[in-house]
Amino acid sequence: MSTKSILNLTVNGKAYEKLVEVRMTLADFLRNELDLTGTHLGCEHGVCGACTVIMDGEAVRSCLLLAVQAEGATLETVEGLADGDRLHPLQAAFQDRHALQCGFCTPGFLMTATAFLKENPSPTDAEIREAISGNICRCTGYQPIIEAIGQAAPEAGGKPRE
Amino acid sequence: MKPAPFEYYCPETLDEAVSLLEQHGDDGKVLAGGQSFMPLMSLRLARPSVIVDLNRVSGLDGIAANGDGGLAIGALTRQRALERDAELPARNPLLAAAVPLIGHFQIRNRGTVGGSLVHADPAAELPAVTVALGADFVLTSAGGERVVSAADFYLGYMATAIEANEVLTEIRVPAWKAGRLWAIDEVSRRKGDFAMVGVALWADMDGANCADACITLFGVGGEPVRVEKAEQRLKGAALDDATLKEVERIVSEELEPDSDIHASALYRREVGGVLTRRALRAAAERGTEGNGA
Ligand code: FES
Ligand code: FES
Repeated sequence: MSTKSILNLTVNGKAYEKLVEVRMTLADFLRNELDLTGTHLGCEHGVCGACTVIMDGEAVRSCLLLAVQAEGATLETVEGLADGDRLHPLQAAFQDRHALQCGFCTPGFLMTATAFLKENPSPTDAEIREAISGNICRCTGYQPIIEAIGQAAPEAGGKPRE
Repeated sequence: MKPAPFEYYCPETLDEAVSLLEQHGDDGKVLAGGQSFMPLMSLRLARPSVIVDLNRVSGLDGIAANGDGGLAIGALTRQRALERDAELPARNPLLAAAVPLIGHFQIRNRGTVGGSLVHADPAAELPAVTVALGADFVLTSAGGERVVSAADFYLGYMATAIEANEVLTEIRVPAWKAGRLWAIDEVSRRKGDFAMVGVALWADMDGANCADACITLFGVGGEPVRVEKAEQRLKGAALDDATLKEVERIVSEELEPDSDIHASALYRREVGGVLTRRALRAAAERGTEGNGA
């Protein structure tokens, strides 16, 4: 065993193989090794949610994972949301409802909401509030974010509830 | 805010994992879901030279029925798996109600039951709930297994009975008693934050009177705190206002919490009593409905 390891994983549909330091977090790996700097780092210790990505279908904090723990995993990051110039329904709703100002927290909110709406495609406001309770925004205020997620739900969640 | 260098091992069997721990002694540290331990490493409050990652060890997760009607929960079971288990509310409503109170859903996606129990944050829900439920922990080392009760496992502020060469492998929760009343409640500044004060309790009734009870608080000391004097007061009594008022007073008197930046000791004593009274009231009002009786 050494302090470096070969890592194979898929990010936004693209396969990667890289030699990484075992102490490197998944967030730093995405940003510094893959140049996917859309995943932001606010606190680097699991409090702010800015680094949220989707790993094998589940929203996780990428600052609380070692990159090597993602061996064989399939990841989705904010870069994978838009389809070329066409914004993802959540991104479009964030724009429409003014759910961001500086945008620092936005990737984390978007990935949190993406995973949440897959599981709960027609949420109540209370459920949206609970879902984003682990993400901190320091400038916009949460109300527009809650509205944007509610607005995007029918489209972003895939199959709306009957 | 980056972990210090370490050697990383990712064993696939429990045998491998425990022999690595044996070999590395106090230098080795187990990594499970990482939701408590990764922050400690990033803040350099922990600088282990060897990490033994359990995440690829097979056979350590899942919720199974125990022989006696209780539950055998693999230590690596994600908290989210408990939350999604549709049968858990019937099999153990107190445990099922505790899980959604842990952190946020992104944390529970990754966080494990065993990780939270061994990390032993005094404000965490699962240590208190396992104490209240009379759970047993199976600790495995290269030399074999031993079983320690949750009550004996917690020794003080973030101190537990686990040795450096041991892994918590299974949590055994006794069968839920039919007709048991229960509640869990906590006060935190924001949803998902650690509790400033919390209580997990149950009461078994004999007609209108309480036959047996367990009252365990968290966030009010170095470890989960059982208030036996309040339990005694409940026994043989009806859960009426006068009794609950007195239980509130006893809990407030018995607690010996510390002050910290989150809350003063006085606040915690006061709120501990009030929360206990309210939780008992809620338990009595809910009755046994939907609790698997
Ligand atoms: S950077 Fe990961 S939670 Fe804040
Ligand atoms: S938009 Fe600035 S922190 Fe949320």
